[in-house]
Amino acid sequence: MAKTSDLDVAYIARLARLNLTDAETELFQKQLGDVLRYAEKLREVDVSHMEAAAHAVPIFNVFREDAPRDWFTAEQALSNAPHQANGLFIVTKVVE
Amino acid sequence: MTGKDLPALNIADLQPLLRRREVSPREVIDVLRARIQDVDGEIDAYLSLDFEAAAKEAEKANVDLPLGGVPIAIKDIISVAGEPCTCASKILHGYRAPYDATVIRKLRAAGAIPFGKTNMDEFAMGSSTENSAMKLTRNPWDLSRVPGGSSGGSAAAVAADEAFGGLGTDTGGSIRQPAALSGVVGLKPTYGRVSRFGVVAFASSLDQVGPLTKTVRDSALIMNAIAGHDPQETTSLNEPVPDYTAGLGRDLRGVRLGLAKEYMIEGTNPQVKAAIDAAVKHLNSLGAEIVDVSLPHTDYATAVYYILATAEASANLARFDGVRYGYRAENPKDLLDHYGRTREEGFGPEVKRRIILGTYVLSSGYYDAYYLRAQKVRELIRQDFAKAFEKVDALISPTSPTPAFKLGERSADPLQMYLADIFTSPANLAGICGISVPCGFAEVDGLRLPIGLQLLGKALDEARILQIAHAYEQSTDWHKARPPIAAAIHKA
Repeated sequence: MAKTSDLDVAYIARLARLNLTDAETELFQKQLGDVLRYAEKLREVDVSHMEAAAHAVPIFNVFREDAPRDWFTAEQALSNAPHQANGLFIVTKVVE
Repeated sequence: MTGKDLPALNIADLQPLLRRREVSPREVIDVLRARIQDVDGEIDAYLSLDFEAAAKEAEKANVDLPLGGVPIAIKDIISVAGEPCTCASKILHGYRAPYDATVIRKLRAAGAIPFGKTNMDEFAMGSSTENSAMKLTRNPWDLSRVPGGSSGGSAAAVAADEAFGGLGTDTGGSIRQPAALSGVVGLKPTYGRVSRFGVVAFASSLDQVGPLTKTVRDSALIMNAIAGHDPQETTSLNEPVPDYTAGLGRDLRGVRLGLAKEYMIEGTNPQVKAAIDAAVKHLNSLGAEIVDVSLPHTDYATAVYYILATAEASANLARFDGVRYGYRAENPKDLLDHYGRTREEGFGPEVKRRIILGTYVLSSGYYDAYYLRAQKVRELIRQDFAKAFEKVDALISPTSPTPAFKLGERSADPLQMYLADIFTSPANLAGICGISVPCGFAEVDGLRLPIGLQLLGKALDEARILQIAHAYEQSTDWHKARPPIAAAIHKA
């Protein structure tokens, strides 16, 4: 397992698209360092013969019939949008 | 019983009054609203209350249905059409759910009336409800203490007789731990037993919806309504739903209960330990056989849990981008600024902390060391339980190593707060079911603080743990004790 000093909160925050203040960055660096040091105990476990488990119930490939049914109207889908116009979500400009 | 005292009743005792038409569903809603107005200023269990909608439902309620005319408080992470669903987060301030979650649809089909959305840790991340961005909820047994969390609002509402029953969600103990700390019954069903469709996702491989109630029978009644297959959800189990009340009243002869030596941890409060020891003796005297078992990977569960839960949360919470719903930062200068500030301004400290941790353990170069390894240890934990259940019908432990702690006592140290889940999160990792039932009190500063006994059952064995919990409950008086704030409406 990697050394916990590798945790660079400022870099991870950019990956997560989450701005942090300098104070938060410093605090999380310390607190999450503690949590990751605690998590280092997992290194003691021999997992060489283990398969990873995504969840505890062995069900896979669940499909339902691909049939049309009633669902949201455009109006309902837009009902919580912070910005909307002409039946569309307004997004922040992406291209120049 | 006068009308004013109705909120003291449990669901099973309210139903005959409704069915004999001695009280109408509308009167029940009126009285409950009055009760909430009386005491919720002190408890702060509720985030929103739509009296008009509930009163309208009550007028047409069919009291002969299984939960006909019974109001149920709903954790504010579960969608109720037309009502707020804030997850106690600023990022969902003003959001209104456009549809009913499957559990709400099922509750309505059983005649119940969703009434009131309850406080919680933001996005269900926490063990004290202090991470709510809206308000602090107080423990009805001691107003200076937390009700537990994350379903602390539902637990406190039921404990203070501000709700006949409630729904919560449990990802690492968020139903069972607040039930224990608030002195009520909380059931986490088997992973996949109850649909999560319409429930805001925290950690999708762990989350389950379940009831918080005054009695074990009420828990079974709500499970009868909400359990079952949902074609809208891929992890929903397509297995028959038994009548969870059918086995209640059966005795414990022939029942084998396991005590895991790994659950005898240092740091468990001595009064909690004494209460659990007494409960084990009592269960033994009721005919249950007590068997020593081992769950050798228990010590790793908290680390596994916090890696997997934060990883899944960081992915699930990526949807909060300020476009389709929720809070959006003003005047972003570009798209990165839009995302970065929307999420900075919308999420609270614990949610941010977990997004960072979850993003880190999934990031390139660290995935194998943390996430993949944690998934493998998770499988070892699941196998521990499978082996134990070859020998026993259920496992016994404390629900929480301590009774309710003081508001603010642990908020500065996330790791200490995370360790509060030590007895509960393994069940989520293994996908099995668990229940917390009141089993005594700790005397602290002259006040009584409830203690919870946890029973864990194998997957889909809810009926069994309900039967055992009911036998224990009915042969003790713990569930009859009410917090000081509820004493006035309870006749001795």
